[in-house]
Amino acid sequence: MNAEVLFGLAGAVLAGLGLYGLVADPAPLRKLLAFNLLGGGVFLVFGVVARRGAAAGLGGDPVPQALVITGLVVAFAATALAVALLRLLFERTGQTLLDTAAQERTSPDQADG
Amino acid sequence: MTMGLLLDFFLVILALAAGWWTIGAKDSFGAAVAFVAYGLVLALIWVRIAAPDVALTEAAIGAGLTGGMLIGASTRLESAKQATRAGGVTRRLAIALSALVAAALALAVLGLPHPPPSLAAAAMAALPPTGLGNPVTGVLLAYRAVDTLLEKVVLILALLGTWSLAPDRLWGGRPGRKERRNAASPLTLLGQVLPPIGIVIGLHILWVGANEPGGAFQGGTILAAMWMLAVMAGLVDVPAISRTWLRLLVVAGPGLFLIVGLAGFVVAGGFLAYPPGFAKPLILLVEVVLTLSVAAILLLLLAGPPEREPPR
Repeated sequence: MNAEVLFGLAGAVLAGLGLYGLVADPAPLRKLLAFNLLGGGVFLVFGVVARRGAAAGLGGDPVPQALVITGLVVAFAATALAVALLRLLFERTGQTLLDTAAQERTSPDQADG
Repeated sequence: MTMGLLLDFFLVILALAAGWWTIGAKDSFGAAVAFVAYGLVLALIWVRIAAPDVALTEAAIGAGLTGGMLIGASTRLESAKQATRAGGVTRRLAIALSALVAAALALAVLGLPHPPPSLAAAAMAALPPTGLGNPVTGVLLAYRAVDTLLEKVVLILALLGTWSLAPDRLWGGRPGRKERRNAASPLTLLGQVLPPIGIVIGLHILWVGANEPGGAFQGGTILAAMWMLAVMAGLVDVPAISRTWLRLLVVAGPGLFLIVGLAGFVVAGGFLAYPPGFAKPLILLVEVVLTLSVAAILLLLLAGPPEREPPR
């Protein structure tokens, strides 16, 4: 086994781990964390593709590397917007759950908030 | 087994452990802290696969900004009820689904083509006309410049989305609450001592980005962090979002980039094409202004929607 395969497999496992958290955890903040974890795993797989493309005296293919940098920035922008939405949800309802049925059960007076 | 591979194994185990902790931690604060650790380990892995530019971005954005923002969110939402985990069938289905996806990705990794396709030679061949020495900066600002331009547009859209969450009466006001200044606090000392150093480091990373690992985004992130530090220490306040200078600062970088790109039609025969001989000065000019815009956008994204009445 070489380093590329090792990191590639690690990326695959991390993506799976993130997907599990995204599906199984009902709290949006945890979903956000899991989504970023998933993204990290996918970027790592892409990084391995870049590393395998080492040529022309470079340690890796710069095109996938540049795409990962762009991807990281876009993931941050989406996360920032999601955090702002989540804070608004919390301020309006005192809840951070997306399950509206559960919200109405616990805070009927603010259901229209 | 060589020492290098041993280190790689160690890093992978650390990354998996931090990832596991992020998903499994009882409270969201613990999970967010674990996520920061995960980002930092990933940055080390990026160094190991010869991608120092990505490592810098991962450490600054993945671990630093995203992690810091999520830690902040987890403390703000602390009083919210803990959600009960999905149980039974849902949980088993989620495990099956994620195992399937991980297995498919692993198979894809094991089945990558030999010899690997690479654009490295093409990227290096196109580098000399731009006058740059760092091929990643070359990709970001010369031949895939449209990606970078659109990335900045995405940042501005995220900022507009965040601002639009403010109620009407607060539109144009200052984000966040005013931090109280406490002269005896270590944060005040840090807020006074670190920014001058951080600003120099940020500009240095921007400047060397042409030839070495670094660049506009990494430099801008450090500038934003210094600004944020001064805000947290109460030394400066986040500007009201109705300020014209602030809005100009936000759009200056992407705007200049777009103008240079459009001018490419006239002087160089294509969108985002640079005239021969002027590529490096133009790229540096765009990068300097982008760095300042990125710093402002990141600070404002971290600060969130306006929460105080706009100035009269």
